[in-house]
Parts: sequence; C-alpha cells; structure tokens
Amino acid sequence: MSNITDLSLNELVNNVKSKKISSKEITKAYVERSKKSNKLNTYIERTFDNALKNSEKFDNSPNLEKKLPGIPFAVKDLFCTKGVKTTASSKILENFIPTYESTITQNLWDAGAILLGKLNCDEFAMGSSNETSYFGNVISPISDNLVPGGSSGGSASALAAKLTPATIGTDTGGSIRQPASFTGTVGLKPTYGSCSRYGIVAFASSLDQAGPMTRNVKDCSLLLEVMSSFDPKDSTSVDFKRPNYFTGLNKNIKGKKIGIPKEYRVDGMPKEIDKLWEKGKEYLKDCGAEIVDISLPHTNYALPTYYIVAPAEASSNLARYDGVKYGLRADGENLIDMYEKTRSQGFGEEVKRRIMIGTYVLSSGYYDAYYLKAQKVRKLIKNDFDDVFKKVDAILTPSTPSSAFKVGEKSNDPVSMYLNDIFTVPVNLAGLPGISIPAGLDKNNYPLGLQIIGKPFDEQNILNIAYSMEEKINFKLNIKDWWIK
Amino acid sequence: MSKDQYVIEKNGNKYEVVIGLEVHAQVLSDSKLFSASATKFGSEPNTQVSLVDAAFPGMLPVINEYCIKQAVKTGIGLNAKIHKKSIFDRKNYFYADLPQGYQISQYKDPIVGEGNVILDLPSGPKTIGIERLHLEQDAGKSIHDIDPGSTLVDLNRSGVALMEIVSKPDLRSPEEVNLYIKKLRSIMRYLGTCDGNMQEGSLRADVNVSVRKFGDDKLGTRCEIKNVNSIKFMQMAIEYEANRQVELLEKGGKIDQETRLFDTKKNQTRSMRSKEDAHDYRYFPDPDLLPLEFNDEYIENVKKEIPELPDQKKNRFIEKFKLTPYEATILVSDLDTSKYFEKVIEKSDVKLSANWITGELFALLNDKNLEISQSPIGPENLSKLLNLISDGTISGKIAKTVFEIMSKDEKDPNLIVKEKGLKQESDPKALEVLIQKVMSSNEDKVKEYKSGKDKLFGFFVGQVMKESKGKGNPQLINKILKEKLNG
Repeated sequence: MSNITDLSLNELVNNVKSKKISSKEITKAYVERSKKSNKLNTYIERTFDNALKNSEKFDNSPNLEKKLPGIPFAVKDLFCTKGVKTTASSKILENFIPTYESTITQNLWDAGAILLGKLNCDEFAMGSSNETSYFGNVISPISDNLVPGGSSGGSASALAAKLTPATIGTDTGGSIRQPASFTGTVGLKPTYGSCSRYGIVAFASSLDQAGPMTRNVKDCSLLLEVMSSFDPKDSTSVDFKRPNYFTGLNKNIKGKKIGIPKEYRVDGMPKEIDKLWEKGKEYLKDCGAEIVDISLPHTNYALPTYYIVAPAEASSNLARYDGVKYGLRADGENLIDMYEKTRSQGFGEEVKRRIMIGTYVLSSGYYDAYYLKAQKVRKLIKNDFDDVFKKVDAILTPSTPSSAFKVGEKSNDPVSMYLNDIFTVPVNLAGLPGISIPAGLDKNNYPLGLQIIGKPFDEQNILNIAYSMEEKINFKLNIKDWWIK
Repeated sequence: MSKDQYVIEKNGNKYEVVIGLEVHAQVLSDSKLFSASATKFGSEPNTQVSLVDAAFPGMLPVINEYCIKQAVKTGIGLNAKIHKKSIFDRKNYFYADLPQGYQISQYKDPIVGEGNVILDLPSGPKTIGIERLHLEQDAGKSIHDIDPGSTLVDLNRSGVALMEIVSKPDLRSPEEVNLYIKKLRSIMRYLGTCDGNMQEGSLRADVNVSVRKFGDDKLGTRCEIKNVNSIKFMQMAIEYEANRQVELLEKGGKIDQETRLFDTKKNQTRSMRSKEDAHDYRYFPDPDLLPLEFNDEYIENVKKEIPELPDQKKNRFIEKFKLTPYEATILVSDLDTSKYFEKVIEKSDVKLSANWITGELFALLNDKNLEISQSPIGPENLSKLLNLISDGTISGKIAKTVFEIMSKDEKDPNLIVKEKGLKQESDPKALEVLIQKVMSSNEDKVKEYKSGKDKLFGFFVGQVMKESKGKGNPQLINKILKEKLNG
C-alpha cells in the first residue's frame, strides 16, 4: 500500500470502513508528517497527543456508519473549538480558549472526525497571502518562498503538503478558492446560508461562509455533505432540503449550459490563464456541455463594492475586541486609553487598515456615498447573476488573475493584493456557490485554478461539473517534500 | 390662553415649553431580545449572561419572537401603525458595558410607526402623537463605586429588550408629562408588555425640552436631558431646564443644541456634550439578522390577544355604571385598581364602591405608600363593609371606624362589628328612649327650639348620637327627633 498520507479522504474513509487501516494509523501518519513540516508554519496550535488518544478511542469502539470515521482534521483557526486555543491569527486573541464549539467543527466531530490542530490564516481572515498572521506567514509547499494564498493559507498549505487529509476554510471574498487555486487543490465556497456561521470568528457577516478544501472533487462533495446543515443559532442559516452531495455526485453534465462572462477577461491577465480558460471550455464541450457567451456588466464594480462592504462590517464586528472581557488587555490611564493601547497592540496593520476604511465608509456624511451606494451596486451585481442564470446552469471563470506570488512581493501594496480577489469577490457579494479546481500549471510550474459558479443552493450541479472536468484535466500535483529534512 | 396652561413669564414675555419624550420601556419577557438568558431584576451580578450577551467571538444574535410580539402589542395599544417589515441596525460605540461594541437597535425602519396616546386633562382630552416605537438591546451596567481603582461591569442587563417609544413634541407642561408617562405605563401594564417599574429602571426617559414665545410657530432649539428615571425628576428637570432657557433667551443668548444631565441632588441640568461632540454611531443594518417580516394574519392574531384598554374601560364604566368621567378616569388609570373596583362591585353598590375606593382606600394606600395590590383591605372585605352600610347595619361614620380597624388587623368587617358591638341602633323604641332623655335634660333648649331657633336641631342630633355611643341610625334619629320636637 502506498503511503497513508498520499490517500485521499475518500480512500481513507473506505479503508477505515473496510478495517484495512485504523484511525490510529492514519492519525499517527499525519501527526508524524506534520511534526516534520514546521517550516511551512501551517499550525498555530497542535493537538497531536489528544488526536492520537481520540483515534485510539475511536478504534476501541469504531462506529463505521460515520461519514468521517476516525479521520484526523486540522482546521482553520477561525473556527472556535471548545477547550482548544482559537486565535484568528491575531495577537488580540493569542490566548483565547473558547468554552464552545462552532457548528461546523461540531458537525465534523459528530461525523467521526478528530481534531489534529488549528491552522494558520490571515489575521481575522483579512488577506490574500497569509502574510498578515500574527503567527508569521505560511509557506506554500509548491515552492520555497511562495505564498499559499489567503486567507485560508494555512489550510491550503497543510492540505497540499499532506499534513491533513482534507480541511475546512472560510471564504469572505475568495479565502477558500484563491488559496486552493494557488496550491493545486479543490476549494468550495457554499451558497450563503448553507453552512452555519455560529462559532466562526466573524470578519464580514453578510459574506462569510465556511467551506471544504480537499484534494479532489469527490472528497469535496463528502465534506460539504458533513458541513452543510440548518442551524437555528445562525439567523442567516437557510433551511432548505440538503441533498446527499456525495452520493449525488456524477459526471453526467450533458446538455448543461455553461456561461463564459466576457467581463472576466481583464487587462494584464497572463496569457496562460486565458489559455487555461479556453482549455476549460473544451473540456466542458467534451463532456457534452454547451458553452454560452454571457455578460455580467457590473463585474468591474465588484471589487470596490467588496472593499466597502467587507471593511464596514468588519469595523463593527471587531469592536468587541476591546480588552474588557477576554483576549489581550493593555494597561491604560483610563478606559479610552486602555482601548487605544489594547487595539493598537492587538491588531496588525491590515486589520487596522480595514477597520479604518470600514469606520470611514459608515461615518455620517460618507455613509450614502460609500456604504449605501455599495449596497445598491451589490444588488446590481446580484441581479447580473440572476439574469444570466435564466440562460445558463453555471459559469466558468479563472479562479485568480495570476498564479501564486512570492512572499513579500505584494505585502506592501494593498491594492495589488486586493486585485487578487477580482474573480472570487462577485460570488460572495451575490451569495452564490463557487468551486475552484486545479486546472493546470503556469510557466513556473505553479498551479492555476478554474472557478465554476452556480445558482443559489445548486452545489450539486457545480460539483458534478467540477467532477467531470477534473477527470479530463487529470491534474497531478507534483510536490517534492523539499521542506522535510 | 386658558388658565391651566403652563406659562413661563419673564420681562413681560410669555413663553410656552415644548416637550417630547423618548421613553425606554423594558419589555416584559423572561428572556433577552437575542439570547435565552434570564432577565430577572436584582440577581447576582453576571449570573444572567450568555456567550451572546457577552459578545464572545463567533456568537450570533437570534431574535426572541416573544419580544417582537410584545412590541407589536404595545404598538396596537398606542393605536399605531405596525410595520410588516422592519430592520435591526447596529449603533456603534465603545463602552465598557457594551460588550459587542455596538447596540442592536432599529434606526430607519422601526417595527412600529405613528400612533397616539390620549391624556385626560381637567380641560378635556388631549391627543399626544407617537412618532415611533422601536426595539433595541439594553447595555450592561458599569459600577464605579465598589472598587476605587477600577470600574466593574455587570452584564445581567446586557441584551435585555427595550422598547423606545418616541413622542411627538406635543407635551406642554410638567403636568402633561406626568399624565403622559402614567397613561403610557397604564396601557403597557394593561397589555402586560412592560411592568413600568421605575425604581427598577424598567421605565426611564430622555426628555427633549425647548421653549418659544406664545404665538411662535417655529420650535425653539431643544436640549435633551438624558436618562431620567422618575416622573418627579422629569418634572423638576423640565422646570429647571425651561426656566434656564427662557432666562438665557431673555438675556439675548442662544440655546445650544446639546445633551444634558439632570443632577437630582442640585436640582439642575448640566451640559454633558454638545451637538458637535455628538457620537457618530455609524448605524448600518445588522448583517447577522434578517429583516423582521410578518403578515397581516400575524397582526390580526396579536390583536385578538389585546385586552380591554384604559380608554375603552373608562367608557364602559361611564356608560354601564354611570360613573362620572372623573371617577372613571381614576378607577381605570391603573389595571390593578380597575380590577379591584370590578371585584368590589360584583356584590356591592357601584357608586358607594367608587366613592370608597377613590376616597378612603386611596387615602389609606397613599398614607402607607402602598400599591393597591398590597392593600391590607382586599376587595372582598371592602365589599362586605360597603354592604353593611347599604343594609343599614352600620352608619357611614361607623364604617370609617371599622375601615380603620380593618386596615390594621385585616379582619372580616362583620366580625369586627360583632366583636366591638358596633351594630347600628335602628330600633325606634330604643331611640325614642334616648331622645326622651336628651329632651328632658335640656328643657330650656327645647323651649328655645320651639320658639323658632331651628338651628338647635343639630345640637339635639349630636346629643342623641352621643347617648347612643355613635351607634344610632342617623336617619331614624332625625325622623323621630323631628316628630318629638315639632309635636
């Protein structure tokens, strides 16, 4: 048998169910590999000993009916985990230990999964390169000195480096799909309201959505099935009939109409991405799908709209980190002084930048010009999608306008960093499901991804399209274990 | 200018005061607006706090539907428009007892729109407009006087549901404010939507005060007096503030729009912050909550639960029981009083009941500083007492004596009358004997009376009453005495 950590999530599940491999063996393999991979800086908190204990517990009385029987999982450190430090990669929550569990992680544990540890990400999920973390930047296993993308960079890096069989991230403007694209993995942002936000450290409430990050589409469908649930503790959770994404997965996309939005062909986009997109179209045609040229006229406004809405909500969501109740508190002369010192010391540059932008756009005198206008444009962007979805079943776009960049390359240029989200952000603004699948390599052999955008709650359809394309693309992630001595 | 108008006169100029109130009424509910925590007053600090109330990371508000219903009920009680779609907004500001760093409130789209409250003024009814009613979370409590080095925070109140009821600037005097608050409280108590307990802070108000010369159409610049928690203080604050503004204007000064605090010890208002320093609350719709929507059917169903309200009850009392508007107003002003009254009249005379409740009983409660629900004399016993008067067993005068005994030992009046031998003497023969006795020992006075000094009749009645130790039936004494003296 090949190395345990080379097996996909689905293969591991099958092996456990047929009692060929124990939970302990799997957990041990991932713990050992993780221990040798500190260089990637993926972990913020390691719960390896507990994971091994829990795997033994599982093996002693295995419940093989579970969907993730005894499978170890490292998760993004934005999910609150009971009794396990949850930092959101911020100094302000450096020592915060929740007394509660997020609904998403609870769903994982209920399905038999075991916590391996908490993964690095951009601070409060604000970033596209995992360089804003208080705990240092994450390195991509693709190449030394390369960013894994962000904000779920630790998740993507750990997944691609085989430090976890699959993982979960959160996506506010592309934080699952962009790092998936950068690391040659699969990442899905579900429809807003599919996955509960309860217990996830909030960034921008109207955009945040948790989703699966996996090595292939099949794993993705399985993990989504486990994650997605109606949750009365989240008022924006939608109570719709959730299909069995995993059993429903198939490659029959014959006759499906796939839209190609002309507005996504942006200036300065590398030729190889354009080529990749063309190739994607061919694959779809090969599968029997029909390609339709479409227009999403307000696409250009998506990024500025996003960078008003998201910081506005963030500026308010992060007000609770004030040194009064939990987390970091710096001593001050009085209450205001304590606030100022706590927040100055506790938040990093990018978080402060967004709090200031958000505060500004909500201020009286600016509210109408920025926030209110952005809300109107957001509606127009949503309408664009509603209109084209009358004609097509899904939309194909590149996941990102470029492949992964070097550490430090964009960290001093926020606008160029923000431009990375140009293809992913409209999906969040419209609350739609989107999946990024690896589709090829650029001239440096860095992975590139394609994104499939679906109708609301039509995850099954985009999973099926991705599943069909995956077979045609036959992408192989060839990572040499350069970081392991 | 009618005589009950409130006027401030300075240098021969007559000013009227214009008042609008923002009343904060705590919703009567066992749990908070967005969490399941309890709301019991006076619990140990920080024992009624959920993760949501303390704003832990990743915690989300979930609306308490009961609080919504309470707000809708109150809206109906204020004859107001119920908005089928309303939105919760975040009001952003930092304070130690505001764990989220924002208060969830309603800004542009409140749950209840325009309505009104009718005041019963001596000169007749006056309608006070209601601008809106919206729902919001209460903050926690900062305690500055326990630990000299630090401020302590109690989050028990954090997240408790409040209704902010905003009046139009229709009030014109401290007395109208008194009547308005009482009427509002009465309506909410009838509805069971707010207990109106001002000592516990369930009802408090921000008071907007401005002045203008009589005849002016334009409103003057207003000052807002924050968070006043008793009617008396509201009235004192208004009087002080209105006079301050008039004096300032008469000196040629200008009123600054500002927020002021009322210092209850000095009986003064003082500036808290000016308009320029006003917070920028950066209101925006709370993305954690969907817009609040309901249909006509929902509102109709809530309407079915609305009990008879003070104004309706008053009209019924006037029509059915022939009470005067004054009596009816007093008896319905408080739900417990109206219940007490209705209980007493189940077995007793309506007019007599109204008189005794508004007279003796109110005096007693006032004297002992008690609510009617705490009355030592329950409605059953008062009813029995009144029936003793009606059937002639005791006189009204004796009844007052019995009433006083009842107020102390809470006994059945029948028992008291029996034990103390207070039964009225209504036997004509027995009274005749007493009358004869008085007449024979006052022969000179009898002569004077007979020679035309009618005024002496009262003297004879008094003497006979004295002989009967107060127990003689006064009507009978009158009758027999007249026969004897004139015969």
